[in-house]
Amino acid sequence: MINIRRLVTPELQQRYNRQGRILGLVGGVLLIIAPFLPWAYSSDALDNMTVLGYPSPLQFFGLALGVIISAFLVLQQALTQRQKKRVRVGWVPGAKAAATGALIYIALILLSIAAELGGLVNIVYGGWIALVGALLAFIGTRLIPAGRTPTLAAATAPAPLEILAIAVMMAAALFAAAFALNHDDAGSFVTFIAFVGAVVAVMIRSGVMGWLSAVSQRYRKVLIFSAFVVAFMFPFTQGGSDANMSIATQVMIFAATAMGLNIVVGLAGLLDLGYIAFLGAGAFVAAILSRSAFSTVGFHPPFIVVVLISGTVAATLGLIIGSPTLRVSGDYLAIVTLAFGEIFRISMNNLDGTDGPLLTRGSNGIPAIPDLVLFGFNFAQRHELLGIPLGRFSNYYFLLLLVLGLIILVFTRLNNSRIGRGWVAIREDEKAAEAMGVNVFGLKLFAFAGGAFLAGVAGSVKAHQDISVTPDQYVFLESAFLLAAIVLGGMGTVLGVLVGATLLKLMPEKLRFVNEYRLLIFGLLLVLMMRFRPEGLIPNQRRQLEFHEEDEELAERISEEIAETGTVKGAT
Amino acid sequence: MTTVQGTGTAALSVDGPILVAEHVTMRFGGLTAVDSVSFRVMPGEIVGLIGPNGAGKTTFFNCLTGLYLPTSGRVVFNGQVLPPKPRKVVQAGMARTFQNIRLFSNMTALENVMVGRYCRTSAGPFTSIIRGPKFRREERETRERAQQLLDFVGLGHTTDSLARNLPYGDQRRLEIARALATDPKLVLLDEPTAGMNPQETRQAEELIFKIRDQGLAVVVIEHDMRFIFNLCDRVLCLVQGKALIEGTPAEVQSDPRVIEAYIGTGPDDAAALESELEEGQPDA
Repeated sequence: MINIRRLVTPELQQRYNRQGRILGLVGGVLLIIAPFLPWAYSSDALDNMTVLGYPSPLQFFGLALGVIISAFLVLQQALTQRQKKRVRVGWVPGAKAAATGALIYIALILLSIAAELGGLVNIVYGGWIALVGALLAFIGTRLIPAGRTPTLAAATAPAPLEILAIAVMMAAALFAAAFALNHDDAGSFVTFIAFVGAVVAVMIRSGVMGWLSAVSQRYRKVLIFSAFVVAFMFPFTQGGSDANMSIATQVMIFAATAMGLNIVVGLAGLLDLGYIAFLGAGAFVAAILSRSAFSTVGFHPPFIVVVLISGTVAATLGLIIGSPTLRVSGDYLAIVTLAFGEIFRISMNNLDGTDGPLLTRGSNGIPAIPDLVLFGFNFAQRHELLGIPLGRFSNYYFLLLLVLGLIILVFTRLNNSRIGRGWVAIREDEKAAEAMGVNVFGLKLFAFAGGAFLAGVAGSVKAHQDISVTPDQYVFLESAFLLAAIVLGGMGTVLGVLVGATLLKLMPEKLRFVNEYRLLIFGLLLVLMMRFRPEGLIPNQRRQLEFHEEDEELAERISEEIAETGTVKGAT
Repeated sequence: MTTVQGTGTAALSVDGPILVAEHVTMRFGGLTAVDSVSFRVMPGEIVGLIGPNGAGKTTFFNCLTGLYLPTSGRVVFNGQVLPPKPRKVVQAGMARTFQNIRLFSNMTALENVMVGRYCRTSAGPFTSIIRGPKFRREERETRERAQQLLDFVGLGHTTDSLARNLPYGDQRRLEIARALATDPKLVLLDEPTAGMNPQETRQAEELIFKIRDQGLAVVVIEHDMRFIFNLCDRVLCLVQGKALIEGTPAEVQSDPRVIEAYIGTGPDDAAALESELEEGQPDA
């Protein structure tokens, strides 16, 4: 990007502005036409791209990008003649983003066709036309001066319209999630992600995203409600298939656990490298207390009680680990929790009746955990709702949605309270916080044990959903992935951590090559994040400030935003 | 002129002194930073603490506020022996500011002061999650009190500014507001005018009088002599960890031992400092 900006100087843009517009328009129109032509010789690659006159879904997305480019360029010409407009839309920056996105998108499609069918010869003329169109649009839009920054964020629309915008955004998210999950081959998945990325980039550049986030701030309750409606509706898009729902429930468990860890890491600022052990503790307690034939104790209370016991056991472990280590400052906690994670795994391996008391059946773990039955609702059965079948995993999905919602509620409410302020103060300056009367040790211990409790609760559901619990499910690597999800998404945020957890869990499930090299890929990803965006994809403002102590501009900007909204944006 | 060595008996009634330090000694290894200093502060009194660099003023402060546990001696605050924990000291009613400003720089001015209210509020995890009426009332009161205090120190307009964006003088005042938020009976200010221009210094002086007028006792460490002698009812001079002299500003100002401690024994130097002290110039 920087190179392109250096290459295309403002003078060049002034001179070739007109030509740039024409090139861009031609490219956009080519992108609109190309999807109606065949792109590949065989229908085996991606979706069926061999038909003349009828675009496949993936081709249709190319068409959509073409429409965006052309429309933005035309609208910019038509609307900026009337200069008196209060609100500026970033038509040109949007068109630039769309063209860049289209180029990447088309290139990925052609590469996928070539890779899946064996060589570039399998690409038919329509594909090449699309590529030429994307290239022209890219070069053309680069030659147009960007103009002033968009001010769309300041715009207000009538309330029903704004609420409708939130609903449309949520519906689009649901559609995107369903579409991405329903495409099993890596090519379709990757190209679709590229399309989503392009659309998001267009929205950011044109200022639409700024407007949407301002609207979301105004209608927080609507946003939260619709987010849950969308999450609730997801199983209905799967038509009773368990394949994707199984992945979705795993994502949910991962996200719920990550949110719990987010309280410890993101809010209290404690580095916990053994968090998975608390999840494991909850899972083992639930397994042992379940009616499995392999359960080792004779006490089988109802699940509601089991949940509380699991949480309490995990929290007690947290207290035992935390109370000596949280008194000392520095990195001791990281080392102790790292060791605790290993001790937990080895202990569970040894509680097999020969090396220790018979509790967990050692490395075999406890299999055949029966499905949950809550209030007469059997989680093993298929149910039909509105004629749509919902399988076993959908049942667990709904339960986990509830658990996740609960953890998010705890997270945000604690964050915006006296306790949350105490945590921020501790992160900022522990000594000063103590000298101002903040109970530093108590708050740290509460975060640590509270986080452990939530992990224990999540673990108790996981035990039933996984059917069996074994020690090797709870290794250090899992703790590392949880931390990676938080760092990637944005420490101390809800949305960021949800996005991070989804990405980190979904990618290896959907892309085999990612699964094979996932340590390498995530390692590289984290190094890049630390270098270029240490605050995460969707940063918490306070964290962003903490990571950029020297950046006066950022501090000024955020200060203004706080003055406007009256709060420090963090929890969303 | 009263030297400190004689005054050791502590009256433990609430009507008596608010703070009594008895033979407080702080040793770090072989170094005696504070050597058997006794000291008392009455309610509504402003007491200055002066002394050359390295005299042990801040160390003595840290002993009073529970940051250090004195090697020997004891500190009685409001009739109770102080627990050696900063948090408990604040709870008992003694708040402090820091020589090098230690604000929560990425919090807003209002949030900084609200943190100061922590020890006077009690919302626990469950109330915070459930958000009952008690929680909302307490949160509203915290916010209102913090805003009042910002207005009190003259920072009412900076409510939503990040602490790190405030000018230096405002940061010092914000630290005072944060200390006042803990509802103290005694405030200890560690060099509240360091780095301030004369105008800001005068504002700080007015602020400290205003705090005293609320019935609070104030202990101030300062190097600015004019400031100290204008402000304080009583001044204690520490030299090499020992209490050299305690008395009214006039007494301390004219004591040859103070001049000697600051400048040395040469007669010319002493004359120079004497004239400087009389003019009220800040020392080096």
